Amino acid sequence: MSDKENKSAEDKEMWERIAARPEFDSLLAAKRRFVVPCCLFFLIYYFALLYFVGWHLDLMKKPVFGKINVAYLFALSQFLMAWGMAWLYMRKAATYDKAVAEILKSETR
Amino acid sequence: MTIAMFLAFVIATLGITVWSAKKNTGSSAYFAAGRSIKGWQNGLAVAGDYMSAASFLGISGMIAFFGYDGFMYSVGFLVAYLTVLYVVAEPLRNAGKYTMADLLAYRLKARPVRAAASLSTLTVSTFYMVAQMIGAGVLVSTLLKEYTWITPNAAIIGVGILMIVYVIFGGMHGTTWVQIVKAVLLMTATFILSFLVMREFDYSFVKFFDAIASLTYEKGGVEVTKNFLDPGMKFGAAATAAGGGWGPLDLISLGLALVLGTAGLPHVLVRFYTVPDAKTARVSVVWAMVIIGTFYILTTFLGFGAATLLKPHLITNENMAAPELSHFLGGDMFFAFISAVAFATILAVVAGLTISASTSFAHDFYTNVIKHGKEVSQDTEVKVARIAAFFVGGISIALAIKLQTINVAFLVGLAFAVAASANLPVIIFSVFWKRFNTTGAVTGLLVGLFSSIILIVLSPSVMGIDGPEVAAAKRHLIQMEAIFPLTNPGIVSIPLGFLAAFLGALIKREPESEAKFAEFSVRAHTGLGAEKAHDH
Repeated sequence: MSDKENKSAEDKEMWERIAARPEFDSLLAAKRRFVVPCCLFFLIYYFALLYFVGWHLDLMKKPVFGKINVAYLFALSQFLMAWGMAWLYMRKAATYDKAVAEILKSETR
Repeated sequence: MTIAMFLAFVIATLGITVWSAKKNTGSSAYFAAGRSIKGWQNGLAVAGDYMSAASFLGISGMIAFFGYDGFMYSVGFLVAYLTVLYVVAEPLRNAGKYTMADLLAYRLKARPVRAAASLSTLTVSTFYMVAQMIGAGVLVSTLLKEYTWITPNAAIIGVGILMIVYVIFGGMHGTTWVQIVKAVLLMTATFILSFLVMREFDYSFVKFFDAIASLTYEKGGVEVTKNFLDPGMKFGAAATAAGGGWGPLDLISLGLALVLGTAGLPHVLVRFYTVPDAKTARVSVVWAMVIIGTFYILTTFLGFGAATLLKPHLITNENMAAPELSHFLGGDMFFAFISAVAFATILAVVAGLTISASTSFAHDFYTNVIKHGKEVSQDTEVKVARIAAFFVGGISIALAIKLQTINVAFLVGLAFAVAASANLPVIIFSVFWKRFNTTGAVTGLLVGLFSSIILIVLSPSVMGIDGPEVAAAKRHLIQMEAIFPLTNPGIVSIPLGFLAAFLGALIKREPESEAKFAEFSVRAHTGLGAEKAHDH
């Protein structure tokens, strides 16, 4: 990439200055604190369904409402879980956007 | 009637292509629709790019034949988008330009990384595309069976030519709008079909689920009654014991490939370059999740509707469950509409695959590997992409005709497995791990790519001994006992991909890559210096 090679020292200094700022660090830390547990949660919740469907058939076949069984409700709950997690992320990401705007504002000043 | 609906869709989409051809000035317009697509539009386009014929026809059929276990695909296809949302979409939009490799090559040595990434992109896209086209051949020739001249081969060639035209002339703009129109059509069709199914049960969920729970049909000439809501008809230990499978482990392996593969599918990733910024990319993932999730919940009605109303033994084959259900419920006219929607679905997906493959060839391979990243004018890059689209299309047509007898699910499984094993590990490491380097990226991509291909070749999808009674079209490619027991390699190849990328990175430190991590990190997380939207 030619534009990358020509990047001036001034630019390089700017990137490193931003990266070194405590606000940037705390943005990354905040993201990590939220994203890592969330990803673990949805992966565990999803593979729990596959695990139970695979190895605990008797439990999964139990009817709950009329003929609707645990297995179907558990599967349906995955959709609600996914939408819920997406909504949660949207809300949380708004705070990241704010933090980013703060960092960039003081940078261009 | 059916052919009239097909033609109506073809004419409408060609109109879109002509209209968008005018907008294709410069490479950002051609490759990324000028980054001017709105969030909800891109959400629809992502959904249109993703919900393939394998979803609409395949999952409906799988539920109609195997009940609950078919629904497992529906769940996996949606949950997968959380990986896209949480991990991949925003850094990709912020730090990349046109392809997945942009993100990887940012702080690594461009040539080896782009060459490997381009190889994996082309592999994933080609396998996925060949699967769609084989499906298209069978589907179109079955749907239009009153026209005997439309053989599977003729249908494959027709679909192939259309997708080449969309991509060469319409670029990313045209492709995006074809996908949007298709998503709207598919959702409309699915809602109407679900509604018609519930009408048969007097709009009573109790009656509907009662019917699913005690479904009487013929199996091998004997009348059986089964609860189709019970898991285990496809992945249960009993169901797979006959084939020597590992039962539930196969389900876990498939689940891994679905949930981690989607975030590594090149044709999904490139969609996030078409929006103005990372925030819009995020919004578009959420829109896509609403649409995709709604669609997959509705597969309950399509699949179980076909099972209860048509009975599994009366459905011609797995892929025909949804069209035959529509014929049963809505007559010839509605059947024609649903068939045209299925056709639209295939066209939109193959167009998305063609553009991502040809973009990767032009941008990664031609510009950065062959031309060493030296000045290549925008016009040249677009021209190379158009030529590449022509060849990608041509090769796919030839492969699809040649491989017609191959199991389509195996090709799609391969695409997801390669995406999860080769692409995702290197994406994650290059975004979040400072020490990651060129060696790690290349070993990760290659080990992920080849381990999934080799394991699939050794799996029961390719290897198996068929008796003389098995029809030529259904015979295994290699007539030997399968060496690897699972049909999906994910559970082995994904950890291998991660491990290879990790160990590769430990071999030698790469100070250049580590020095650039600060810049990359600021770009990826703040969007500073990201590619801007272009006005027309």
